[in-house]
Amino acid sequence: MESEQIDLLINEVIKRLETEGLISSQMQKNSARSTESNPGDKSKDPNQSFNINSGMGLQTISIDLDDPTKPVHRGKPLVDNSQDPEALLALMSTTTARIGVGRAGVRPKTESLLLFQSDFAVSQDALYKEVSQDLLKRMGLFTVNTLITEGKTEYLLRPDLGRSLSQEAKSILESKCIKNPNIQICVGDGLSASAIEANLEKIFPVLQSGCQIAGLSMGTSFFIQNCRVGVMNDIGDIIEPEVLILLIGERPGLGRADSMSAYMAYRPQKGHSDADREVICNIFDNGGTNPLEAGAYAIRLAQDMIKNKGSGVKMKMA
Amino acid sequence: MLLRTILFGKTYEFPDIRILMGKANEEKSGDRLAGLSADTLAERAAAKIVLANLPLWVLRDNPAAPYEVDEVTRVIQDSVNESIFSEIKGWTVGELREFLLNDQVGCDQILRISDGLTSEMISAVTKIMSNMDLVYAASKIRVIRHCENTIGMEGTLSSRLQPNHPTDSPEGIRASIYEGLSYGVGDSVIGINPADDSYGSVSRLLDMTYEIIKNHAIPTQNCVLAHVTTQMRCLQSGSPVGLVFQSICGSQKGNESFGISVGLLDEAYELAKKYCYPSGPNYMYFETGQGSALSANAHHGWDQLTLEARNYGLAKRYHPFQVNTVVGFIGPEYLYNTEQIHRAGLEDHFMGKLTGISMGCDVCYTNHAKTDQNSSENLAMLLTAAGCNFFMGVPMADDSMLSYQSTSFHDIAALRSIFRLKPAPEFEQWMESYGILKNGQLTNKAGDPTIFLGRQK
Repeated sequence: MESEQIDLLINEVIKRLETEGLISSQMQKNSARSTESNPGDKSKDPNQSFNINSGMGLQTISIDLDDPTKPVHRGKPLVDNSQDPEALLALMSTTTARIGVGRAGVRPKTESLLLFQSDFAVSQDALYKEVSQDLLKRMGLFTVNTLITEGKTEYLLRPDLGRSLSQEAKSILESKCIKNPNIQICVGDGLSASAIEANLEKIFPVLQSGCQIAGLSMGTSFFIQNCRVGVMNDIGDIIEPEVLILLIGERPGLGRADSMSAYMAYRPQKGHSDADREVICNIFDNGGTNPLEAGAYAIRLAQDMIKNKGSGVKMKMA
Repeated sequence: MLLRTILFGKTYEFPDIRILMGKANEEKSGDRLAGLSADTLAERAAAKIVLANLPLWVLRDNPAAPYEVDEVTRVIQDSVNESIFSEIKGWTVGELREFLLNDQVGCDQILRISDGLTSEMISAVTKIMSNMDLVYAASKIRVIRHCENTIGMEGTLSSRLQPNHPTDSPEGIRASIYEGLSYGVGDSVIGINPADDSYGSVSRLLDMTYEIIKNHAIPTQNCVLAHVTTQMRCLQSGSPVGLVFQSICGSQKGNESFGISVGLLDEAYELAKKYCYPSGPNYMYFETGQGSALSANAHHGWDQLTLEARNYGLAKRYHPFQVNTVVGFIGPEYLYNTEQIHRAGLEDHFMGKLTGISMGCDVCYTNHAKTDQNSSENLAMLLTAAGCNFFMGVPMADDSMLSYQSTSFHDIAALRSIFRLKPAPEFEQWMESYGILKNGQLTNKAGDPTIFLGRQK
């Protein structure tokens, strides 16, 4: 038999086995190889991660991709035939907004569409996390609760309950906290435990030393679980600080769950609304207001509030 | 007052208009939070049946907040055209619905009737309309307004370029503006939500956006969406302001929680007419959203749809260039999931149009609501079919400052393409002159922000 004919015959046999699902040994060998390999292996060219081995009519496939959420991939310009590719990179470097993404017709490119969907997935998964007990212990914060008793779903649907301290919390604060300090600092999980975990250890020492330097007395700090901003009024009624600073996790952004806000009010009390408060938002490292600066700014703002005996839009309008 | 029906042999009775209006609403977590929802679907159906038989004058007599205590009620009631109201006061809510849907009734007739309606009537008719009713009726109504360019014309779809930045970096904002302009976004406004509400920062952003508009001769207007008091200070000190913005609420108490009043808005409007740089005559921009009054405990025990309708009644006083509901921004405690956000978006857009204001929508959601980007794309398509005046254009729909997802530059371009719509006419011409648009199609230059570098008109 000619070798050509032999090849043809072999191909025919393999094809038939394939259609009957009888050649599994080859497939298993390949999939095992792909899980064993180290993802994102430096020795590999990332562009070569899509291998097609064709021979004897048999195709096997191995997809082994690097993490597309790494900055090196996120920052990649995708505009086709940009007039000025260097300037495009410079524009992209000025913002965390998703620009320079190019287009597939009037729709986004596949790469940026799927990155968006990945970021969304991670934000959703992070929503139900709790602040680590270890962190609270390290920072010396005790925990009190709001009127939420049934966990995060109730917290999401009942903001009114998250704005009020539980009876137990009120009596704990009565017995444990210094009254009438210049500055009272509280920490609340809000909508992102990750934000507190990412920023608290950085901002807290700045607030403490800022108070010392400014000669302001500091109250007894604590943590509020299932907390909304409105809880500041309840705290104000019990502790009666001059200025209350509430560090609270913001609603997670897309692929970003580490953004924190500092809400501040002069003599917070029952009946106060957002118009009585000031806020420093977007506190996070690498792109936001960094927590060290935010801490220093908060102390300066507190000094202004004490000097002006007021806070919020109401004060500006007066 | 007797408000009662039998349904499937069971009697449903409603003690007053407030309770009836709450129970006639489609399901919203915010109404449930406020204790206003129907207990069963049958009770909701019964409430709608009773409401459909209610004459309009009863709704005028029963505003959500008393005339004596609430200035928003006074604004709405005092603006009613009494001649038109007396023509229609005997109509039932059901008859008003059929008037709006009647194929012999067009835009002019609807807008005429609009001047005889109060927000409570508009809310009531909305409750007994289905989603497609809302889309169809809204699609009949065109509200055209002019500032530096024209918004709302038949066959057009405008867009707000929203180039927010986490720290208000002028360079970063500029980069997003270039990207958006290259997709043909920005004809309704180039509008920045500032992270820092201070006068210094706001006036700097006004100067920067104005410089871009002038350098490239873009027929549009700028706006920095700071608190109105900050913008008033900017106007008085000579900053270039295109539109004056404020978030508003449907009751006096709600507005107080935003730090505003009718008197303050009147003052801002006078300053806008005096100092804004565009030719006008429409200079105001408002944002609203169902649930804002409830979240400030300022809803007077009424449902969130009615409070939202009252936003539009208040907005109308200032002949705004544009108003948009920020429909999914408020969170799951008021609009829990996709169905509720979609319903609210269609309701708000329709109510705004029926009030006679230039209505857009920030089709959006936060990451703690039960919805996703596919759902936002769906709502944007529904609202485009309804003739919505404008949407937001945010880089890849991801706002890097406000931590929520809206609609993207690509979405604006796609909606125009799918529905065969154009940008505002002045802006379309500008796009053509810049080579971004040719024969109604985006060119190869579109999507490249660097085309604006080193080039001036």
